[in-house]
Amino acid sequence: MATTATAAPPATRRDFLLIATGAVGAVGAAAVAWPFVAALAPDAQTVAAGAPVEVDLGPIAAGQIVKVFWRGKLIFVRHRTDAEIKAAEDVNVATLPDPQPDSARVKQGHANFLVVYGNCTHLGCVPLGNEGAFKGWFCPCHGSVFDTSGRIRQGPAPINLPVPPYTFVSDTKIRIGEESKTATKTAAA
Amino acid sequence: MSQHATTYVPKSAAAKWFESRLPIAGLVHSSFVAFPVPRNLTYFWTFGAILIFMLGAQIVTGVWLAMHYVPEATRAFESVEHIMRDVNYGWLLRYLHANGASMFFIAVYIHIFRGMYYGSYKAPREILWILGVIIFLLMMATAFMGYVLPWGQMSFWGATVITNLFSAIPLVGDTIVSLLWGGYSVGSPTLNRFFALHYLLPFMIAGVVVLHVWALHVVGQNNPTGVPIKSGKDAVPFTPYATIKDLFATIVFVMFFAWWVFFVPNYLGHADNYIPANPAVTPAHIVPEWYFLPFYAILRAIPDKLGGVLAMGGAIVVLAFLPWLDTSRVRSANYRPLYRQFFWAFCVVCVLLGWLGAKPAEGGYVIASRICTAWYFIHFLVVLPLLGLFETPKPLPSSILETVHAGRKGGGAGLPVGAAAEPSIKG
Ligand code: HEM
Ligand code: FES
Repeated sequence: MATTATAAPPATRRDFLLIATGAVGAVGAAAVAWPFVAALAPDAQTVAAGAPVEVDLGPIAAGQIVKVFWRGKLIFVRHRTDAEIKAAEDVNVATLPDPQPDSARVKQGHANFLVVYGNCTHLGCVPLGNEGAFKGWFCPCHGSVFDTSGRIRQGPAPINLPVPPYTFVSDTKIRIGEESKTATKTAAA
Repeated sequence: MSQHATTYVPKSAAAKWFESRLPIAGLVHSSFVAFPVPRNLTYFWTFGAILIFMLGAQIVTGVWLAMHYVPEATRAFESVEHIMRDVNYGWLLRYLHANGASMFFIAVYIHIFRGMYYGSYKAPREILWILGVIIFLLMMATAFMGYVLPWGQMSFWGATVITNLFSAIPLVGDTIVSLLWGGYSVGSPTLNRFFALHYLLPFMIAGVVVLHVWALHVVGQNNPTGVPIKSGKDAVPFTPYATIKDLFATIVFVMFFAWWVFFVPNYLGHADNYIPANPAVTPAHIVPEWYFLPFYAILRAIPDKLGGVLAMGGAIVVLAFLPWLDTSRVRSANYRPLYRQFFWAFCVVCVLLGWLGAKPAEGGYVIASRICTAWYFIHFLVVLPLLGLFETPKPLPSSILETVHAGRKGGGAGLPVGAAAEPSIKG
């Protein structure tokens, strides 16, 4: 039609139907795609199973690393020795691949406890504690080395072991999965 | 014999009635009976049929396994042991399926390297080749998800490492990973959806295989000389020549397959996968199945997360561009003296990468992996484009028939050629 017509042909009923149908169809397809993608996300049961967990720090001796799970994710709770804390603090932060001072990775006044996710930030393996050049962790999968603050020092992992949300309920108990400042009070109540 | 374009003529009245309503017999006849096949094909051309057989075998054994398998994290491992111990011939079904995956990959690698040697990806076979690359990708996805199903230590940690690859994608990476997992880590929802996809993908492969064969039957098969069929004398009809040869090769391949299944059923697997999945402990040594090792070595060779993932993906994607990276107009390596050497060097590099992928990522192994990875890409991105410009190919034969009569190289490995050349045989 376009090749033979000299002037633009007037819009027909069919043109209108084509555009209207196309528009409604496109919106419909997008609307239907949404529930399909959303259904892949963690479901309500999985989310509910992510309720905070409490960890009693009392039995964890200095130098010991304990593994706990929150939301199916592995978490290391490490009771650091004085030497380990010192090693983590005596670092020129600017030279680190993912610069973060040790103080930003522990709760104030609780530098003896380090709580970090236990999956290597490279591809998710579980690093081995007290191994590697910095005696923090060493990941056997592709050789990432973490220090006693859980910071990446060498190897392919791009970032430090993240610190999960947690709070000190008391001096010997933490609650993982909750970051609120008032948590201490509510928990004590 | 020179007449291949014989069209199907239904003989009985019933066949006529059917054919005028659904011309499927004619389709089968023109694709698998009268279809002209170069008369100099070697056994390297039987792997297509072997691959179709293996796909069928995986689907049949898989459906039977699925009748007993439970895709739930607390029961999956147990259900596979139940298949091994309690289900009648369950051990056989599982060993056929697990080793079948390996056989499938052996066949596909031979098939792919055959294509590379004889330049089967060049015009007019680009679409055919790209469909093949898509099948290869789907196969890898299927096999990866299948390996997760027994929910052993390697299943779990393989799934963790591979799904985490997606977290390297900037901005949306973590969202994608959580959509893959259906949780905050690899867990039961992950297992369940992998099972659904593991069931689905082989049927998608079957669909792409139909397109692959369709494209093949439009452009015709390549052959050891790379010279196209010029007259009827260069070809023989698919049936009986290719049919019987494909069947024979498939049976021999099945014997090879049976040897693994009955004598060393666990040799290709990893002992750690008989330990139930434990999210708190990673095996000291994570290795994927052998058929992923070269790509795994490339991943680990790059000391950067995103870089490693891109290199690994790129190693597969680059295959799709092969038709345009290779600038030579000559197809077969038999007539390309330099390319032939680079081809074999490339094969050695691939095998080396496979070996390195199974070694710990430290010291000399890392350096060797880097050199091999570099060569892998140099081969595709530098060598192939330049070779076409600088190499002087050997003179090509004027026809397939000429090489068959001269009994020269390029005619391929004698046997079937001799049989096909018998003038008395009527197609
Ligand atoms: C392209 C074809 C296929 C390939 C390459 C493939 C590959 C695999 C692999 C490598 C495993 C792990 C075997 C092991 O170590 O135990 C597996 C397991 C499994 N596959 Fe498949 N598979 C294919 C098709 C299918 C199909 C069509 C089904 C149908 C439902 C299926 C059902 C299963 C089941 C139930 C398991 C778990 C039992 C087991 O681990 O032995 N597979 N598959
Ligand atoms: S998963 Fe830890 S270094 Fe790769």
